[in-house]
Amino acid sequence: MAKQIEISDLDIFYGDFKAVSDVSMTINPQSVTAFIGPSGCGKSTLLRTINRMHEVVPGASVRGNIKLDGIDLYGRNVDPVAVRRTIGMVFQRPNPFPSMGIAENVLAGIRLNNGRISRNEAADLVEEALTKANLWNEVKDRLDRPGASLSGGQQQRLCIARAIAMRPEVLLMDEPCSALDPISTLAIEDLITTLKDDYTIVIVTHNMQQAARVSDRTAFFNISGTGAPGRLIEMDETATIFSTPGEKATEDYISGRFG
Amino acid sequence: MSQIYSPLSTTSRRRRFTNRLFQVLIYGAFGLALIPLISVSWTVLSNGFERLSPYFLSVTMRGVYGGMDAGGIYHAIIGTLLITALATAISVPIGLLVAIYLVEYGRGSRLAQAVTFFVDVMTGIPSIVAGLFAYSLFAVIFGPGVRSGVVGSVALSVLMIPIVVRSCEEMLRLVPNDLREASYALGVPKWLTIIKVVLRTAIGGLGTGITLAIARIVGETAPLLITVGVIDSLNFNVFDGRMMTLPVYIYGQYTQGLVPCAADAVDCIAEINYDRAWAAALTLILLVMILNLGARLLTRYFAPKGDR
Repeated sequence: MAKQIEISDLDIFYGDFKAVSDVSMTINPQSVTAFIGPSGCGKSTLLRTINRMHEVVPGASVRGNIKLDGIDLYGRNVDPVAVRRTIGMVFQRPNPFPSMGIAENVLAGIRLNNGRISRNEAADLVEEALTKANLWNEVKDRLDRPGASLSGGQQQRLCIARAIAMRPEVLLMDEPCSALDPISTLAIEDLITTLKDDYTIVIVTHNMQQAARVSDRTAFFNISGTGAPGRLIEMDETATIFSTPGEKATEDYISGRFG
Repeated sequence: MSQIYSPLSTTSRRRRFTNRLFQVLIYGAFGLALIPLISVSWTVLSNGFERLSPYFLSVTMRGVYGGMDAGGIYHAIIGTLLITALATAISVPIGLLVAIYLVEYGRGSRLAQAVTFFVDVMTGIPSIVAGLFAYSLFAVIFGPGVRSGVVGSVALSVLMIPIVVRSCEEMLRLVPNDLREASYALGVPKWLTIIKVVLRTAIGGLGTGITLAIARIVGETAPLLITVGVIDSLNFNVFDGRMMTLPVYIYGQYTQGLVPCAADAVDCIAEINYDRAWAAALTLILLVMILNLGARLLTRYFAPKGDR
């Protein structure tokens, strides 16, 4: 199920502004890769190019290529909509659909695509996705209640369940815990650790302890100043990055001596 | 002993005074705005209530003349409902699609700016001009002197479309971008996202906006007088022949004025025309109110279920 992502010589633009420059990296299947770096360094932008959400912003464009198990995601005959079905995404702020109940939210990927699913299959899928997202026990008695009635942490797990229900190969998470309290954060981190058996997971985080706790490999991004594009400084095993990084900038950032 | 000076306990007199002044001003403005509303409601209610009866609502003006204690507005209600419904059927699809273009596709492009500008201009078109436009449009196609409900509906659409565009645009902009992104990230194409997420989430607001647009045009008189004309009997066919509408009925009755009654006449009311006009006005206001209430209920039913 999980697939490998290979990024080579990638430049990302917003109009004429180059936001990220010359990134090449390999993201391993069945592992968690963390992107860290200061605000504005382009890590979220890079994440959004992996499932072609970047181009939703008017004027945004990409040069270079991203391969998913050898297939170029920006190839001429690749449908961005199909890419997004294969590569799921969880956003910074939990965003369940307010017009839908909990179960409907889980099924949103299918229902919004006009997909047909029998009642039994739907019920099974809801249970499976919510169980994987570690939310089933909390909500099984109120599946038709509105998604917005849940707490922030539950809503975020609901969004993860919604992404999982599409059976993606890759799961992208853009600071999934930054709006959550420590207990919900812990729940999501545990979840990430279980999910990596099945998926390739990429997570953007500002929380370095979180990167150290959940990820197998870590990529550090930096910018040289305002208006300059973000760059990949280095990428290595998480343990190495946090103990003996190769670059001075990485060491400064991790130890909080940044500026 | 002198009082201990504390900057926290001394309230500046000046600040208190300013605060009070603005409080009075704001409540005063609110009261002032209420005066015409209450005055109009009271005048219409007190003048129109007496004549308003099931009989009045269920008969036409056919065969009614002079000061006869008879006649009603059934034909005008039907006319208003049909013509307004047709105008809504024309305006809502066009207006909604324009709003969707402006919010979801145009986003600041040249064309979108031009459309916004012309919609603003259209908002300022005097209603009589809209009536003349529709009249001459149909005159060009079907020859002069055409009068039918559909011409009136087109005239009302000219007035209604910009209002629908404006209010729907506002409502669509209120849908958080997070939801669109959530939908895209699930691999939902843009058109399905717009239909199933954006419109679905905004449906309550869209309903309110459209209702307000209907309320705004349902009382239009001048364009209907030109395009639909006047008639005393019932006409259900919007595409053929003159129709009566409530605003035109009110206008017509009021301009007829007092009826000269013979001194020995038994069945003659001198003020009958005024009475009918007031009762029709009351009916029109009630119609708009019912429409508003209906839209409120619909909105509540469709509104996204929030917290709790």
